[in-house]
Amino acid sequence: MKIDRTLLDKIAHLSRLEFDEKDAEKMMKDMTAIVDWVEKLKEVNTDGVEPLTTMSHEINMLREDEVKPHLDHEAALLNAPKKDDVYFRVPKVLE
Amino acid sequence: MNSLREKYTLVIGLEVHAQLLTKSKIYNSDANAFGSDPNTNLGVITLAHPGTLPKLNKKAVEFAIKMGLASHCEISRFNIFDRKNYFYPDLPKGYQLTQDRTPICKGGYITVTVKEGDRDVKLNRIHIEEDAGKSIHLEGERDTLVDFNRAGVPLIEIVTEPDIRTSEEAGALLSEVRKMVRYLDICDGNMEEGSLRCDANVSVMLKGATQYGKKVEIKNMNSIRNVQRAIEHEFDRQISLLERGESVVSETRTFDANDGKTYGMRTKEELNDYRYFPDPDLSPMEVSDAWLKEIQDTMPELPRALAKKYTNEYQLPEYDALVLTDSKDVAQYFEAICGRTKNYKAASNWVMGPVKSYLKELSLTADEFPVGPAIIAEMIELIDGGKISYTIASQQIFTELLKNPNKTAFEVAQQLNVIQDSNQDSLMPIINEVIKEFPLKVEEYKHGKKGIIAMFMGEVMKRSKGKADPKVANELLTKKLKEV
Repeated sequence: MKIDRTLLDKIAHLSRLEFDEKDAEKMMKDMTAIVDWVEKLKEVNTDGVEPLTTMSHEINMLREDEVKPHLDHEAALLNAPKKDDVYFRVPKVLE
Repeated sequence: MNSLREKYTLVIGLEVHAQLLTKSKIYNSDANAFGSDPNTNLGVITLAHPGTLPKLNKKAVEFAIKMGLASHCEISRFNIFDRKNYFYPDLPKGYQLTQDRTPICKGGYITVTVKEGDRDVKLNRIHIEEDAGKSIHLEGERDTLVDFNRAGVPLIEIVTEPDIRTSEEAGALLSEVRKMVRYLDICDGNMEEGSLRCDANVSVMLKGATQYGKKVEIKNMNSIRNVQRAIEHEFDRQISLLERGESVVSETRTFDANDGKTYGMRTKEELNDYRYFPDPDLSPMEVSDAWLKEIQDTMPELPRALAKKYTNEYQLPEYDALVLTDSKDVAQYFEAICGRTKNYKAASNWVMGPVKSYLKELSLTADEFPVGPAIIAEMIELIDGGKISYTIASQQIFTELLKNPNKTAFEVAQQLNVIQDSNQDSLMPIINEVIKEFPLKVEEYKHGKKGIIAMFMGEVMKRSKGKADPKVANELLTKKLKEV
């Protein structure tokens, strides 16, 4: 399967990434190679094999419903690129 | 427009999100609390700091299963979680952890009551997921402000089949869901505060058609009434489009409560592509027989079952059953009275009358009602035993009890000196006196003017200072009048 410019643009948009001409060329090539390799895996017969969703064998790693100490307000906001005393700030989202 | 409506079938499916009343969030131990100061219930997992891993809240799973059991769903024994990928500033991870392939509850139905009677609305599924944070868009503010307290709050999403045909049914389903989650104690059901939210998928098709029309998803309706208004508006809007030869555009529309209309939402996002895939961080979850049984054992009686019990066992009118089961606190209060008296209709009258109007006046729940159910039961027994009259009980004694909730009804009756006299020895002299005093009236009575007994009763009551037991006095009086 070939990743063409239209598909790359769509994926780039969904990932909020931007590529210039040169990078786009490289990306399309790399991604096509990756997809081709995954296509190769499809040759393996997986009839009757349950889909693998996790690499761990653990089941039911649940927690009890308890509140534990978490970040205080200042610490929570610490790494935000933009903030005020109360809120995280992001560029205006228009619906 | 009404005649045009006749040509079309309205098809509605609802998606109802309910915030679960757990103490902590769904995938971490940050507090789940409404009304906290913004951005104070946050930890590194909620904020999606690198290297953090989620861990599922057992209680959230149990709450979802409870709703599934109450809705006759099949409970999935093997569950995985999926990532729903999209970028939005209130979604820290860039994906929502939800259930796509294995919803915890499958199928099922919820019975609703509409004008034509009861009907079962089919469910597609109920699944578990996390809520997003809250974006605040202020007038004149250049930025959008984000509060992440709500991010990671556990939700269940109840998805119906496109099985609803009128806005009345949609409203009935929502109010039934709200009642159920409140009885189950898994969500407070508050639509204004957003702990219960509803999106509606609406389409129309020509009567008799088998192919559904293009559907529109309506958002932003914060009351049952508004859900119904939005559906009504959308019904007419879609019919108008089709009648003009245009087609309905599949899109998300927002409801404006001010003008009752829906408006297309301008989204920058091209066709949503959520790229669901299984989440590798959360371990798969299995629901064993033992765990399921444990949850089943904690299921309370649900409003429909209770209402049925009230009409069948307690022989109450359907109206009473409906009013009494409308909220859990009132039903529990009523049940507590019925544990102490067998006069269920009287218990119902007390709860629906004086008790509920007091609660309404002061905006209280029945749990907060000062007078205990045992006292109401005692009053019913006192009335049935002829010790006090209903009028006196509901006016004077009830008022006094509200002021002194620690006293018994009998104590208050004594204190107010309103215990009725049903003693023949003390009533007969009064009756004799009255009869002696009005010989002409006695004659009229004997000549068939039976209504005049009311005048005799009035005299007896007056002379006994209102304490004569009317039932006994009436019997004695009638007997005496036959004799003279």
